[in-house]
Amino acid sequence: MLTKAATKAAVSTRVNGEPVDFLCEPRQSLLECLRDALNLTGTKEGCNDGNCGACSVLLDGVLVKSCMLLAVQADGASIRTVEGLADGDELTAVQQAFSDHHALQCGICTPGFIVAAKALLDLEPNPTEERIRFWLAGNLCRCTGYDKIVRAVMDAAQQVRATSAPTNGSAQVSASSAQVSATSTRL
Amino acid sequence: MATTVRPGEIERTTTAPDGQYTPNKVLATGDYDVIGTRPIRHDGVDKVTGRAVYGADVKLAGMLYGRVLRSPYAHARILRIDASLARALEGVKAIVTAADMPAAPDQVVDLGEGGGNVKDLQDNLLAHTKVLYRGHAIAAVAATSAHVAEEAIKLIAVDYEVLPAVTDVREAMQNGAPLLHEDLLTESLGEKADKPSNIALHSRYELGDLAAGWQQAEVIAEGEFTTAMVHQGYIEPTNATAMWSADDTITIWCSTQGAFSVRDQVADILQHPVSKIRVIPQEIGGGFGGKINVYLEPVAALLSQKTGRPVKMAMTRAEVFQATGPAPGSWARVKLGATRDGRLVAAEAELAMECGAYSGSDSEAAARCMFGCYDIPHGRIDAYEVVVNRPKTAAYRAPGAPQAAFATEQVVDELCLKLGMDPLDFRLLNSAKEGTRTFDGRVYPRVGSIEVLQAAREHEHYRAPLPESSDGRVARSEAAPPLATGVSSLLATRPLRGRGVAHGFWFNVGLESTVTISVNADGTVNLAEGSTDIGGTRASIAMQAAEVLGLGAHDVRPAVVDTNAVGYTDVTGGSRTTFATGYAAVLAAQDVIKQMKARAALLWEVEPQTVQFDKGTFTSTSNPDLCLSFKELAGQLADTGGLITGTGSIDPPAPGGAFATDIVDVEVDPETGKVKILRFTVIQDAGKAIHPSYVEGQMQGGSVQGIGWALNEEYFLNDRGQMMNASLLDYRMPTALDVPMIDTVIVEVPNPGHPFGVRGVGEVPIVAPPAAIANALYRATGKRLTHLPMNPAAILAAMGTI
Repeated sequence: MLTKAATKAAVSTRVNGEPVDFLCEPRQSLLECLRDALNLTGTKEGCNDGNCGACSVLLDGVLVKSCMLLAVQADGASIRTVEGLADGDELTAVQQAFSDHHALQCGICTPGFIVAAKALLDLEPNPTEERIRFWLAGNLCRCTGYDKIVRAVMDAAQQVRATSAPTNGSAQVSASSAQVSATSTRL
Repeated sequence: MATTVRPGEIERTTTAPDGQYTPNKVLATGDYDVIGTRPIRHDGVDKVTGRAVYGADVKLAGMLYGRVLRSPYAHARILRIDASLARALEGVKAIVTAADMPAAPDQVVDLGEGGGNVKDLQDNLLAHTKVLYRGHAIAAVAATSAHVAEEAIKLIAVDYEVLPAVTDVREAMQNGAPLLHEDLLTESLGEKADKPSNIALHSRYELGDLAAGWQQAEVIAEGEFTTAMVHQGYIEPTNATAMWSADDTITIWCSTQGAFSVRDQVADILQHPVSKIRVIPQEIGGGFGGKINVYLEPVAALLSQKTGRPVKMAMTRAEVFQATGPAPGSWARVKLGATRDGRLVAAEAELAMECGAYSGSDSEAAARCMFGCYDIPHGRIDAYEVVVNRPKTAAYRAPGAPQAAFATEQVVDELCLKLGMDPLDFRLLNSAKEGTRTFDGRVYPRVGSIEVLQAAREHEHYRAPLPESSDGRVARSEAAPPLATGVSSLLATRPLRGRGVAHGFWFNVGLESTVTISVNADGTVNLAEGSTDIGGTRASIAMQAAEVLGLGAHDVRPAVVDTNAVGYTDVTGGSRTTFATGYAAVLAAQDVIKQMKARAALLWEVEPQTVQFDKGTFTSTSNPDLCLSFKELAGQLADTGGLITGTGSIDPPAPGGAFATDIVDVEVDPETGKVKILRFTVIQDAGKAIHPSYVEGQMQGGSVQGIGWALNEEYFLNDRGQMMNASLLDYRMPTALDVPMIDTVIVEVPNPGHPFGVRGVGEVPIVAPPAAIANALYRATGKRLTHLPMNPAAILAAMGTI
């Protein structure tokens, strides 16, 4: 019952804005390839079965758990990980808010929460506390009790609203919504 | 300087009925420049950008990947292991079993928070003759990829003789129960039994004259309580990477609460000199007591020894549940007696705690905390530790205390109802205070129990009426509980909503810490510490050094370093890190100042005794013109004998106990039994909050873990002792949607055992929530929930619905 060495598949993607090609076994998850093949270890493994959200990334702008996708499914897609959110040393509003509000303790869930929160604010720049809690219910944090995380996201939303013109905001919303339905169909 | 977010700047949105209410108060005492402010943590940017390197992120040249074969049975004898097929699989480089372990001595070692017998520690890593729980490790494989290693372990054939298993603590105590260890003789009150059993330990704690206490008691309440085994639930799975070099040096990269503890355990288990083991702690993704014991490090080291290559191992989430150290389930009976005017005069308890597969559990800590909130003249506690066919238990945040408080605080609540007393007034009347003698014979120094209870009684939440029912559902009047007279805030105006309170105690620990501080020529300092940072302790330790040095928080650059780079430091556990390692940082900073004063004297050509230091400036009493700032003097160190390093090392004897009170409002859905937490307030004595945001974070996080323990979490075993919910979907820890904002009040009653009055804050917040929620559920439903978790099925059963 010896298994033969698996044949590797070529995957062509854009990762954090740069074109990236890599080889992977068909059985490897996107999470595994991001971490092991591409060294993007900011995306974390907490459960490897879709229940903790630590591996959250954006795939064509849509929030996904990278442990639940095979890497080959990302062929042709554009991926954004936590490493690709900041613009140089300029943190995004969500990153800055997590830092300012001390919304992390051990920090292992933080990349997933930041990616998930950014996905929410890209879609809805003015979420209620309840909406934030609902959206983030796919991400587990065991340290903070969520209080400071929710406050950080509320504050980040305010920062985002304050810095973006209202017309641009609504345009972004519809563009992102379109991506949601398109990608949902594809996946 | 760092951004400072003050509590008033964040507005509460939903959980306070009063729009004017400001959450997260600090009732501060003491005035400092850095301490009590809220700078951004030093590792903040790394952690929000994904750059922080955790144990599983380690990658080394030539690295192999290890996986573990685990027992499918809860109890079985290993008859034969045949790994020939696995060995033949391409990519497999080594296989180890217990036969590869050196002979271990029968010797008990201390792990800081817990401990164990070396033989047992070793057997838990790779079973020798018997498997004692589902998930018990039998063999490990190193291969070129984790997938190949996973395939290989499936090719290892093991023949078992399956044995009857016992997983319930009371069943395991019965005569005739299946024996886990044929050689386990109960140690009862210092004497060994002559026949083996599953009872590892029986200890007794006595105070005063119990019979006299019962004679004085006019009102008595009692109850029997059980709690299920739960897991710490850290999000980062257990991991370790090891390299055994040709010179017999072992280097280990791992996520641990204590690098020195890992070093010492590996030394004991592999019978290897500590001087040839170097542990390099990586960032750690949560621990809560569960990342003190080693599970993979020695196994990875053995695989590395066989292959000459570094070997990385990481558990799956199911393995984390099944094969690390959860918190023990428990059984307890508590009886309390008071006079008619509400004074506690007698207390009696029996307590049995699961050890899991090997001796050692939390009964001593549980017994210390069982009546630790109160000043009681007469009492007795009998505590038992029992081995069962479950994973060996480990520390979990105030180990033993939540189980004890779940029993005691509900019996206190019953007593208050019988006496017709306000639950906080009763607790205040009987509160532990300076001079109170505890059941283990200690006498409290200055503690903050009374101040915490007073702050709770004065809190807006305690006075506020229960919020209106969200859906206007009409309550069933027959569910109304007995009413405490004159306690309007606790009346169940709507029987399916209720408010509860409970008080919790944790003793905290001191233990050993070392810090070194090196002065840079630009007037900043580097701080090296051995305490791994799980919740912002780089900041809380650096801030204490900054306060002494007269510097800003960010002028001190803290680093968690490896076991070869700093003096001995015990685990990040026992709520000790900000207290003890912070204390060491104060001593190191004082050492720096002492040395810098000597340099100033040299430069100024004055007597060293004339040099003074205050708020960052050196002066001399011999000449008022002599003045140098810390930065200016730092710039002249190189020319006056070299840059300075100060060290501080301490095992502080007086950690000072910690107290926390919870006020919680719940709503029960009578159709589904689901409980909603409407509002939650935690009031806690921090001694002195160094960084209030991270103190609040401990209070909020501990409270939510307590909520999960109360309402959802448990190891659900089938009749063969196999865990049926070993995933984060089925184990169901609280999500953001399950909890409200957790409001905090930090009370500061300085601890005389620390230069800034610090008390540990990490553990006590988990102690009271399950009891507070049970007391609230009683007010809501009229039913006493005596088993954890109080999940929908348990609540519907108690209400007679199912």
